[in-house]
Amino acid sequence: MTTNELPLAVLLPATLLLILGGLLTLIGSLGLLRLAPFYARMHGASMGNTLGMGCVLIVSMLISSALAHRPIVHEILISAFLVMTSPMTAMLLMRASVLRSKAPVR
Amino acid sequence: MSALFEFAVTFAQFCFALAMTFATIRLLRGPTAQDRVLALDTLYVNGMLMLLMLGIRTSTTVYTDIALLIALFGFVGSVALAKFLLRGEVIEP
Repeated sequence: MTTNELPLAVLLPATLLLILGGLLTLIGSLGLLRLAPFYARMHGASMGNTLGMGCVLIVSMLISSALAHRPIVHEILISAFLVMTSPMTAMLLMRASVLRSKAPVR
Repeated sequence: MSALFEFAVTFAQFCFALAMTFATIRLLRGPTAQDRVLALDTLYVNGMLMLLMLGIRTSTTVYTDIALLIALFGFVGSVALAKFLLRGEVIEP
């Protein structure tokens, strides 16, 4: 069974979530490229990545569950792991940035 | 409807590829070290999403495990780099 035979009730939310997730990730990375201060860049990257990741993982769960005719929730592992670890990385990077901006320039 | 879904998958892959390009530009250009670490973080998350899109396109579930591994090792790498920037060494005695 391929994605061609999926019911409309699965394909419609999957399509909308894919487009939304792609746009959110793109906007987040554009913020990483274009914004000037480091803290603004960090906001764009973290926000866009987390939201886009959530959308894509929901789509992946929907599609694989509909293909196998039973709930498959392996992607919850990835999303829970990323939701736990992404703020930790952001916090460490921000503390590093604060520390390095206070240190004397050599 | 299925053609629209195929278009959405292609569109999302295009967006992730463009996002990876932006992250790479920031990784190469970034004025400070923490900019580069942040760009690397963004880059691996986008690569993981690209892999998930490949899994949706080919309707296989192997890519989910690979994505989990990428998330694990990417987190370890980012935290090690951030810890190095913060303290000057990764594993303290």
